Amino acid sequence: MRPEWKDFVGGKWDKEVNVRDFIQRNYHPYDGDEAFLAEPTQNTKDLWAQVLDLQKQEREAGGVLDMDTKVVSTITSHGPGYLDKSKETIVGFQTDKPFKRSLQPYGGIRMAEKACTDNGYEVDPEISEFFSTHRKTHNAGCFDAYNAEMRACRSSHIITGLPDAYGRGRIIGDYRRVALYGIDRLIEDKQAQKDSTGRVMTDDVIRLREELSEQMVALKLMKEMAASYGCDISKPASNVQEAIQATYFGYLCSVKEQNGAAMSLGRTSTFLDVYAERDLANGTFTEQQIQEFVDHFIMKLRLIKFARTPEYNQIFAGDPVWVTESLGGVGVDGRHMVTKMSFRYLHTLTNLGPSPEPNLTVLWSTRLPENWKKYCAKMSIQTSSIQYENDDLMRVTHGDDYGIACCVSSMVIGKEMQFFGARANLAKCLLYALNGGVDEVTKKQVGPKYRAVTGDVLEFDDVLDKFLDMMEWQADVYVNTLNIIHYMHDKYCYERAEMALHDRDVKRYFATGVAGLSIVADSLSAIKYAKVEPIRDEDGIIVDFKTTGEFPKYGNDDDRVDEIAQEIVHKFMTAIRRHHTYRNGVPTTSILTITSNVTYGKATGNTPDGRKKGQPFAPGANPMHGRDTHGAVASLSSVSKLPFNDAQDGISNTFTIIPGALGKEDQVFAGDIEVDLSK
Amino acid sequence: MQGRIHSLESFGTVDGPGTRFVVFVQGCPMRCAYCHNPDTWEMNGGTLMEPEYIFEQYKRNEAFYHGGGITVTGGEPLMQVDFLIDLFTIAKKNNVHTCIDSSGIAYKKNANLDWLAKLDRLMELTDLVMLDIKHIDPEKHKELTSQPNEGILAFAEYLNEKHVDMWIRHVIVPGITDDDKYLYDLGYFIGAFTNLKALDALPYHTMGENKYEKLGMEYKLKGVPAMDKDKLIEKKKVILDGIRKRREELGIHVS
Repeated sequence: MRPEWKDFVGGKWDKEVNVRDFIQRNYHPYDGDEAFLAEPTQNTKDLWAQVLDLQKQEREAGGVLDMDTKVVSTITSHGPGYLDKSKETIVGFQTDKPFKRSLQPYGGIRMAEKACTDNGYEVDPEISEFFSTHRKTHNAGCFDAYNAEMRACRSSHIITGLPDAYGRGRIIGDYRRVALYGIDRLIEDKQAQKDSTGRVMTDDVIRLREELSEQMVALKLMKEMAASYGCDISKPASNVQEAIQATYFGYLCSVKEQNGAAMSLGRTSTFLDVYAERDLANGTFTEQQIQEFVDHFIMKLRLIKFARTPEYNQIFAGDPVWVTESLGGVGVDGRHMVTKMSFRYLHTLTNLGPSPEPNLTVLWSTRLPENWKKYCAKMSIQTSSIQYENDDLMRVTHGDDYGIACCVSSMVIGKEMQFFGARANLAKCLLYALNGGVDEVTKKQVGPKYRAVTGDVLEFDDVLDKFLDMMEWQADVYVNTLNIIHYMHDKYCYERAEMALHDRDVKRYFATGVAGLSIVADSLSAIKYAKVEPIRDEDGIIVDFKTTGEFPKYGNDDDRVDEIAQEIVHKFMTAIRRHHTYRNGVPTTSILTITSNVTYGKATGNTPDGRKKGQPFAPGANPMHGRDTHGAVASLSSVSKLPFNDAQDGISNTFTIIPGALGKEDQVFAGDIEVDLSK
Repeated sequence: MQGRIHSLESFGTVDGPGTRFVVFVQGCPMRCAYCHNPDTWEMNGGTLMEPEYIFEQYKRNEAFYHGGGITVTGGEPLMQVDFLIDLFTIAKKNNVHTCIDSSGIAYKKNANLDWLAKLDRLMELTDLVMLDIKHIDPEKHKELTSQPNEGILAFAEYLNEKHVDMWIRHVIVPGITDDDKYLYDLGYFIGAFTNLKALDALPYHTMGENKYEKLGMEYKLKGVPAMDKDKLIEKKKVILDGIRKRREELGIHVS
């Protein structure tokens, strides 16, 4: 064994690239509570004060403090940048200084230009010229191949948020590999992969060989980049500080080259805990020092920034990076995977204060240790900064070394990746079904000229039939559009850094998504159980509805309508599955529009459930606002009935509650219900 | 026996231990000035529901109620004892924790024997009673709620005799129920009970006010501010002082 691996239990992992095997053989589940956690050091406080000051300056400058307009960002395009070199234990910024956003034109030069001009900057004309004339971008490629129908669907927003003008994101490199193996070993491994490809030069083999070469270039550049910070990542990390640093450098290379819709971190905490435990046992570092490394690491993750346009920020409600880190969960052998490092990550919310980034996501299982559950609950109440996902549900499909990309997309780290697919607007599809493909807002014929509904009262069977037909069409144009997008993204904006930290043969999920599920479920329920009369405008297009009577609403644990919602998801997924997908991606769908539901609402007319034109959709799989009248459990129960098999890319539910309503102050969780007479 | 139900809440977190399924019954003889559910007062309103139906609603989401159970509140649950017996019989058969949140107003020492027998039966099926004592002073109680408190205090004694676990809840309203003398007296009174397991001092809030507006009713506490959280802790201490004093006098030790 290598000297850096001293004291580790060996196994498959020391012969092949296999981080999961390393973790399983070496991690120590932690059942204790949070009492061991350390306060922030003075250096941490100083650095964070500096960050807060820069944040303030950024806000005052209108949202952007500095942008690169001349240097196209690559792994090695920028020299080292620091907050305060003497105080940072974990280093590295996307550009040569903090808060300076990088220039990333490969997704689309127009988006890059607009991101600059909207923020008062101008891209160097030579760069604009180069990426318009000499080097094609992903965006240009997509529009070369789109047909008229795709463009019409895009404009009318029946298919929406497509990643055709920006980076698709959603791919998580196994950044832990950099720490465990060092770059040299990873390059050797990639070379062996390249030598092992098929000998008949089909399109697939040629593409694979070219990609593997790109990946090896990326790995070499990672080493150079790290060297510019005075770090040698050619060899394995020898302690927890080096391991965190190497993991972060791997991630940093990805965000230097990709401005993706979600740039997630993976599942690093329990991996890193193995190093921390060894260092604590050997006296290499104290708890305080280790917490400082973690605080500085998380601080860096909070400062990942991209150049984006106001429209983009509108779709995603702010400027999210989705640095999602998955914590906890349970292993397939039954041991939980909570370690002290899981606590240290959440503890940054105390040491540095609450923050939406990184998106700390707890993989929840009924079998997690009680102390961890309590600590999570406590931190949720204090900071509202924790996301929860159902590990018991996902472990069945993905095992125990998967992570979450963005908010809900699950994938095995280093073995699976995803083609991000935005979403289909189902509410609009229902309106197209009623109007024979005519858009209710623009009055243009966007969809096929199917028969529109006739008569003065909507009939459930008739509407459902028409809706399902229209959904087939929608799925068809949607998947084909995505096929073009991912073809072009691979060709012009390939994620070499992330893919360098994957196996050779990855499983590719072909993700799709739906928006407006609760609207369609409630609308169909209204048509079935109440009386819905369509109101037509002077052109005979249905633009409004008169609904008389009561009808069951999704979000109340009422099977009459919940089953409609389940059926829609199943039918949609069935329609998607019928299609050829690029690179034989495995089709999935998600119900997760947790930020863009507002914009989708703006583009969609009145719906039969009583939602008015322009009103926001409910986020994700949430019931429509205010319609879940039987309390949170009933509401969650409706959501939880949605079939995960048909929505494997994830189902999200946004849950808001005033802390006081979650039990009286801390008492419920503190267990203090006895009359306390001791004081 | 069917229950007259105002509504069902699937996610109760402040109505007893754990996360609970909460049944709000319809109908209450009290007219507490600060009541935040005046829509549950009317005796003849609400929806009639079978106990089996209600239990089924609990059962289908039982996984959420780990460490919790069923709480019946209202309205005044003890106005519907027959229904409660039926509901709790099913619940106890299924090992579900049962809790009643009551003002105790229905209890009279000299109530008819049939009713008292039923109450005895119900208490055998009840794991916890959360008793809301609105005011310890009889006159002030009447001013605040339109009803005397004699039966309510007797109900506390009754629960103690029956060894039914009891939480005392007391809403502290600035200027109305925050007088230290009465708070101490309240503590002194409940300090005598060995079945007392917890004390909830609840801060008065104004969130009920707009309900009155919607119902076209006059809100008697208009202008009274919400209870300050820090002050609440002080006030709770006064009640605890009373409890401690009484326990010392009686030599009661509660572990």
